[in-house]
Amino acid sequence: MPTAQIALTAMVNGLAIGLLLFITAAGLSLIFGMMDVLNLAHGALFLTGAYLAWWIGGEQQTWPSLGRAVVAVVVFGAAAGGLLSLLTAPLSRRSHLEQALLTLGIALVAADVLSALFGDDVRATEPPAGLAGTVTVAGWSYPSYRLALVGVAALLAAAVYWTVERTSLGALFRATVGDRDMVAAVGVDPRLVRGGVFVLGSVLATLAGLLGAPIYHARPGLDTTILVLALVVVVVGGLGSIRGPLIAALLFGQVESVGRAVLPGLASFLLFGTLAAVLVVRPRGLFTLAPGGRR
Amino acid sequence: MTSLATTHPATRPRLRPAVRNATAVAAGTLLLAAAPLYLAPYATTTLTRILVFGLLAASLNLLVGVVGLPSLGHAAFFGVGAYAAAFSALHGTSGVPALLLGMAAAALVALVAGAVAVRAGGVFFLMLTLAVGELTQQAADSWESVTGGSNGLYGVPAPTLSGLVLDQPATTYWYVLAFFLAGLLALRLAATSATGVVLRGIRDSEDRMRALGYRTTLVKLGAFVFAGAVAGLAGGLLAAQQRLVTPADAGFETSALALLAVVIGGTGSWWGPCLGAALVIVVRDSLGATLDGHGPLALGLLFVLVVYLLPTGIARIRLRRTAP
Repeated sequence: MPTAQIALTAMVNGLAIGLLLFITAAGLSLIFGMMDVLNLAHGALFLTGAYLAWWIGGEQQTWPSLGRAVVAVVVFGAAAGGLLSLLTAPLSRRSHLEQALLTLGIALVAADVLSALFGDDVRATEPPAGLAGTVTVAGWSYPSYRLALVGVAALLAAAVYWTVERTSLGALFRATVGDRDMVAAVGVDPRLVRGGVFVLGSVLATLAGLLGAPIYHARPGLDTTILVLALVVVVVGGLGSIRGPLIAALLFGQVESVGRAVLPGLASFLLFGTLAAVLVVRPRGLFTLAPGGRR
Repeated sequence: MTSLATTHPATRPRLRPAVRNATAVAAGTLLLAAAPLYLAPYATTTLTRILVFGLLAASLNLLVGVVGLPSLGHAAFFGVGAYAAAFSALHGTSGVPALLLGMAAAALVALVAGAVAVRAGGVFFLMLTLAVGELTQQAADSWESVTGGSNGLYGVPAPTLSGLVLDQPATTYWYVLAFFLAGLLALRLAATSATGVVLRGIRDSEDRMRALGYRTTLVKLGAFVFAGAVAGLAGGLLAAQQRLVTPADAGFETSALALLAVVIGGTGSWWGPCLGAALVIVVRDSLGATLDGHGPLALGLLFVLVVYLLPTGIARIRLRRTAP
């Protein structure tokens, strides 16, 4: 049944995209929820991760080059997160708009530097040997990298979810979302929390870029595409929570993938339509934390 | 806090500033109208682009400065207006009807987008408008039968006005200038009307306006659609001037540039955003060429500098210096 196979392929693609989106959007949501900074340079971090994958591994990744790329994107993400934390710190008492404009400026600069470094061509990178082909299960063949991606991204998503919802570090995160000043008052250095959140959020974005490189292929403009998807996920999921973006990311992964397969010309309308439909039913997103505590 | 002078007109002496303002407006208009007579054709074309972009920035200023709704996707309506006008011109109807069609199309899209975005306040509004702008660009990129895909619509015929083909830099300039002034006047009238006062009230305290019985969401949506329609007019002028419309005209970078123009120019006046637009266009076009195509880099740095150094914009700085 080819139709069923196409549908299954589109849905598994959607799952892979959705999990990638979650990892990207979780960083955005954490940074906004905890530090009240809308980081519009988040898409640039994703794109840098994808470019680093290509730069280190070339068009054909090997396992050692993939390992080096993972180290490189984590180091780069941490450094970029620290820098963003320092740059936005002086604006912490100013409006959201000014912080958004600052990160927008950083995103423009980053996009220009990336296109100067890597050119305007699409920089495709193929996964390492064991993951390059397809797997066939009962007559249905599927790219093995995407299947592995679903596994790895699910693990990473689970780790993020568990850290935020179940550990004492996560309790600190959630407490900061709820009442930042009170967290400072009980003796936690807010600068440390700030830096930590930016580093974690940025590393998640660059890692997602590395994982997504064989699917999306690094190219100019990918940064805004990903940024918008992540913003939509965060708006629908609710800011500062982690469960909301997970559900929203999985939803929009399906909309992206199945929508592009069924109505290729109308994918962007479909995305906006879903966004509008959710917001009409739940104007504050699916799982927005009520101020002062979790629901 | 933002503009005491405009919120309390009764507290300042009436006549002298009014006369001074009228003189300044008349002199400025005259200077602008005569510009093709003393400028080279290339400079005239640049000035035309500045006017188009200035009208976009001014329409955005209605949202940012008057209603307090900072939009990161205002170019969506600019792009829709440009595409609709260009499409109409390519199919035989150019000139004023094409502009009106562009305005109507932009207003319609703004109604749909605004119905979603205006309900969500604060930072959600920033995110949603950004998403609307990007999705409009993507739609322009993929809807090839109407928009020409990534090539855009090219070879748009020059506008005609009662049989006269406006294809010279000077005639195009006067055509654009006329609608620029009309658009600016409409925005000013809207901002100083009774509804404009309600809009300022919403900016300063939406809860209080709601408690007073105003249906604030509806009023905000009205302002959003009006600003979208004026942006659509600017888009129609873009199609007439550039004779080419590409997806980038509806996209993120154009929206960001318009917001930058408003922020640089300051939200307290109407000439501020236009001056900001002039600076942005000059940086992008002139400096971008000498910087070997690194216009975005210069603009990104400009963003960063503006946020750190002049949070209230050029117009506000001048006000502060002349104040006692």
